[in-house]
Amino acid sequence: MALTADIPKGNFRLSMLLYDTRYRSITIQVVFLMLFMAGAAWLVDNAVQNLHNLGKDFNYSFLGSRAGYDINQTFIQYNSNSTHARAMLVGLLNTIFVSVLACALATVLGVIAGVLRLSKNWVVAKLMTVYVETFRNVPVLLWIILIFAVMTESTPAPNAFRGETPTASMSLFDSIAVTNRGVYIPEPVFSNSLGNIDIGIFLISNDLLAILAVLIASIYVNRLILRNATAVQYATGIRPVTWWKSVLVLVVPVIVLLFALGFHVIKPELKGFNFQGGIQMRNSLISLWLALSIYTGAFIAENVRAGILAVSKGQTEAASALGLRPSRTMKLVILPQALRVIVPPLISQYLNITKNSSLAIAVGYMDLRSTLGGITLNQTGRELEAMLLMMLIYLILSLMISSAMNLYNRSVKMKER
Amino acid sequence: MSDLHSHNTLAFVRSEMLAEQAPPTSQIGAVRWMRENLFSGWLNSTLTVLSVLFIYLLVTHIGPWFLHAMWNADSLRECRDILAANYGEGATGACFGVIRDRWHQLLFGFYPQDLYWRPVLAMVLMLVALAPVLFSWVPRKMMWFSLIYPGVAFWLLWGGSIWFPVMALAGFVVAAVVYRLVLPVSTLVASIAAGLAPVFWWLFLSGPIARVLTGIVPIGLEPVTSDQFGGFTLSIVIGVSGVAMSLPIGILLALGRQSDMFLVKTICVGFIEFIRGVPLITLLFTASLLLNYFLPPGTNFDIILRVIIMVTLFAAAYQAETIRGGLAALPRGQYEAADALGLDYWRAQRLIIMPQALKISIPGIVGNFIALFKDTTLVVFIGLLDPIGLSNAIRADTDWNGVYWELFLFIGAMFWIVTFSMSRYSQYLERKLRTDHR
Amino acid sequence: MKKALFLGTMTVAGLAAGVAAADTLGDVKARGNLNCGVSTGLAGFSAPDANGEWQGFDVAVCRAVAAAVVGDPAKVKFTPLTAQTRFSALASGEIDVLSRNTTWTFSRDADLGFTFVGVNYYDGQGFMVPKALGVSSAKELSGATVCIQTGTTTELNLADYFRKNNMQYEPVPIESNAEAQQQYLAGACDVYTTDASGLASTRATFANPDDHILLPEIISKEPLGPLVRQGDDKWADIVRWTLNALIAAEEYGITSANIEELAKGTENPEINRVLGKEGDLGAMIGLDAAWAHRAIAANGNYGEIFAATIGESTPIGLARGLNAQWTQGGLQYSPPFR
Repeated sequence: MALTADIPKGNFRLSMLLYDTRYRSITIQVVFLMLFMAGAAWLVDNAVQNLHNLGKDFNYSFLGSRAGYDINQTFIQYNSNSTHARAMLVGLLNTIFVSVLACALATVLGVIAGVLRLSKNWVVAKLMTVYVETFRNVPVLLWIILIFAVMTESTPAPNAFRGETPTASMSLFDSIAVTNRGVYIPEPVFSNSLGNIDIGIFLISNDLLAILAVLIASIYVNRLILRNATAVQYATGIRPVTWWKSVLVLVVPVIVLLFALGFHVIKPELKGFNFQGGIQMRNSLISLWLALSIYTGAFIAENVRAGILAVSKGQTEAASALGLRPSRTMKLVILPQALRVIVPPLISQYLNITKNSSLAIAVGYMDLRSTLGGITLNQTGRELEAMLLMMLIYLILSLMISSAMNLYNRSVKMKER
Repeated sequence: MSDLHSHNTLAFVRSEMLAEQAPPTSQIGAVRWMRENLFSGWLNSTLTVLSVLFIYLLVTHIGPWFLHAMWNADSLRECRDILAANYGEGATGACFGVIRDRWHQLLFGFYPQDLYWRPVLAMVLMLVALAPVLFSWVPRKMMWFSLIYPGVAFWLLWGGSIWFPVMALAGFVVAAVVYRLVLPVSTLVASIAAGLAPVFWWLFLSGPIARVLTGIVPIGLEPVTSDQFGGFTLSIVIGVSGVAMSLPIGILLALGRQSDMFLVKTICVGFIEFIRGVPLITLLFTASLLLNYFLPPGTNFDIILRVIIMVTLFAAAYQAETIRGGLAALPRGQYEAADALGLDYWRAQRLIIMPQALKISIPGIVGNFIALFKDTTLVVFIGLLDPIGLSNAIRADTDWNGVYWELFLFIGAMFWIVTFSMSRYSQYLERKLRTDHR
Repeated sequence: MKKALFLGTMTVAGLAAGVAAADTLGDVKARGNLNCGVSTGLAGFSAPDANGEWQGFDVAVCRAVAAAVVGDPAKVKFTPLTAQTRFSALASGEIDVLSRNTTWTFSRDADLGFTFVGVNYYDGQGFMVPKALGVSSAKELSGATVCIQTGTTTELNLADYFRKNNMQYEPVPIESNAEAQQQYLAGACDVYTTDASGLASTRATFANPDDHILLPEIISKEPLGPLVRQGDDKWADIVRWTLNALIAAEEYGITSANIEELAKGTENPEINRVLGKEGDLGAMIGLDAAWAHRAIAANGNYGEIFAATIGESTPIGLARGLNAQWTQGGLQYSPPFR
């Protein structure tokens, strides 16, 4: 009913636009588009008027001005003299970082829990059921807050490592310190560093590039060796022994390079108020990561269970009738079919993780929402600009993930007739 | 057998059967069950031991805290004093006194205490209204109540004169009457008229008429303003109205997305993907910070209403995807059969496609509701006092400053009860629908 | 499930409720209640009690304004606002007054388009540390982990202070005071920084307040006060002079106990003018003669409000300090009622 417009009556030619199915869809579309444009114009017009009334304008110049606040976790150079745009970038990288970590852990947890829930072991299966039902049915925000509190309360403060008789000690030969400010792990450093390349936005470590280049080269050579071995096997029927060549090619160059660069680790040490040296994984990061993973893992567990149950037993039987070994049955028959069921919802769970990471503010993790949509918005008062920009960024992230999903779906689509 | 009997005089043949021996202890009862289910291999055994260890640790760590639970203290300090007196210095225990003191706030927000029966009644009536939709054994006649329920709920929750919701509901009657009257002219004109008439009614007529009727027959409840809503009442109001109102929009969006018309399809897909692509929290911020920019200057209404609008749009995109799934699950033959009967598009949708597609989608819709209900906790970030927001406010009171787990435990348990029972219902429904199809 | 009618009803109700104009006073009078923005929960300043009644120092300002304008201190609709949503709520007309311990700064006054009508609490950003840390000055905090409440001027002050003194720190931004407190007590941060008043009130609620000290450095000026939209001077005047009336009342010794007595007329012309016995000050701001009488009677004068909500006899336990009357060596100073 909303798709129609007022039409001049009595004109037969014009009425064809409505009653003739050849033209009707065009009419409806034109009217729909007009309504849509009118609605959009109305919103924009209101916004312009309101901004004018408030004496504000719409521009993004605030992104170029000094941010003035500090961020604890930065992957690129940042300090309080940097711009708001840079703060936004720091936040975006933090969002991506925690999302990627959470996606990985949630998948692992979900697969384990999903498989174990089908286990014959009563205790384990029930425990997994309790896990899934508890975590699925309570809001993720509550989990984030609770896990943050558990992390803070159950781990020792750095102070506990101090003094003659410390109540806490570092683990793994004094190399890892678990505190309620985060986990400190040794940091790899290079004494003969090759320096960094400045590509404008951030620095890229030459050492890392060198290691990557060597690794890629080694893998390439290794593949050549394997291909050669296969060729020999086809020609002679005997597969030459290659494992020691592979090890040599894969491991030795990297070790040599690391040695040349003067690779060593710096262990965290308690100096002043905090542990110094080493890499700090902040508590906010860990608890957000854990909460998102455990919460989403419960959903993934259900997807995995459904996926495994969806493959009928006949498939296994047919595969063994064909003489396939169990491992190959799993690899060639069960998994591809189960994955077809598991992966689409899995990717939409990844989408959820990315979106839910915006709850980081609850634990003080400085993600995009806390920088651009939080402090920047607050200090500049540019809510319209900041919110629109933030929505756009999240939208692009989501579209990237869902296009990955579409690509996958196309590749595994059942080829029918 | 008889042959055997004749030889029973032989000494080495037993004349009677031996009694059955008890199976070895490893093959019966708990032992066998444990062997088969818990310790069937080294992996299984390890898992069992680990699980039991985990449960043991959990119980020993939080068990005492629960055992020492204290219900009758009026402030955290008092609670701690009592705990110290009863169980020795430094003993920990749950101070559930905060729940006893503030449970009504967590459930009803600042709703006037003597009017608590109204949200409770609205809740009970909601279950009644949902029954014919959710359970097939409820008589279909009950659907009438489901249709007028939104008006009833609105009146119960917000109060005021009864005539405003009645007049609002009357808009649909107006639409139906206009449609019937104009139908002889043309279906199209009738549809347009039926679309415009209620809008006209709501905008210009319903208010004055309701006021006049209020003057004549003043039936009404004490009005309650939106700012008095809070706690779980707020969560449920936002969640339920979001899901209910998003359903019609979701149906239209799903149809639009399936449409052959390029522009309609593009706009619908654009809307759905946009909403699904951004976090709910940005939409809530839009409701709180930006919605006023996009409305005519000077328009300004209630934050809860704004949140409900944004949540409705948010849920609509998800409903659309759920219903699209339902539409896709319908066999092609249903569409063709509708065409063969000569039904036009809307009639085919109304009489053939939608009833089936919606039925298939109900588990998905319930799932959407569960997700939305959990997501209502995010309104704490825009300052609404949902249960989590109230927990902050309660801890700002000097009596309960510092209380932590008790509040979150209560809130979590409440959420769990609601969402768990709904997900169980949805599973039951899925099972039922599955057998229907096979 | 045709619940679209819900939307219809709500839209109509919403449109009817809307349409704000620049005449805030007229709107408030027509509406019959004051819309006041407060914090979602800050001990002593604004928090709902077990009966759902909002209580606190900031809340009292709202009640006084409501008493002056509408005639009833209970006729206030409190809108809890976060640090992020407060300014939009005021700009959009959702609230008439924002009384949410908001710092008066140049850019908020000029760029965001608000008018600060006065200062009801002179504050400054301070630091709280556990005694066991052995720190006696903020200058010794290099390398410390600092808990801050995000969304305020606090984080900017902190960044500036540490930068100026060439010290390193690790910020831990926390959304709510309750969470920040929990982090601090667990030792997840060495220092908790926020307005000194907030620190004192937080410290007061600890199980062992004596284990924590406030460092002597106050690193910023935080004049906290109520604010209104720019462009409605009449309304700004009403809120400004209601606040001034509370402060002046303390100076002149008008208390909730003796106000009825004094309202009958006194020898002091200043008191008579405040209470509407002499002159027509009320008419000049569009109110009746007894406006200030009602405002003061609502919660008492400034000193009484202070004592009842955050003063030394409450668990918050704040001393008057800068907020004493100017006659007592403080900064609270009301311009003359004349």
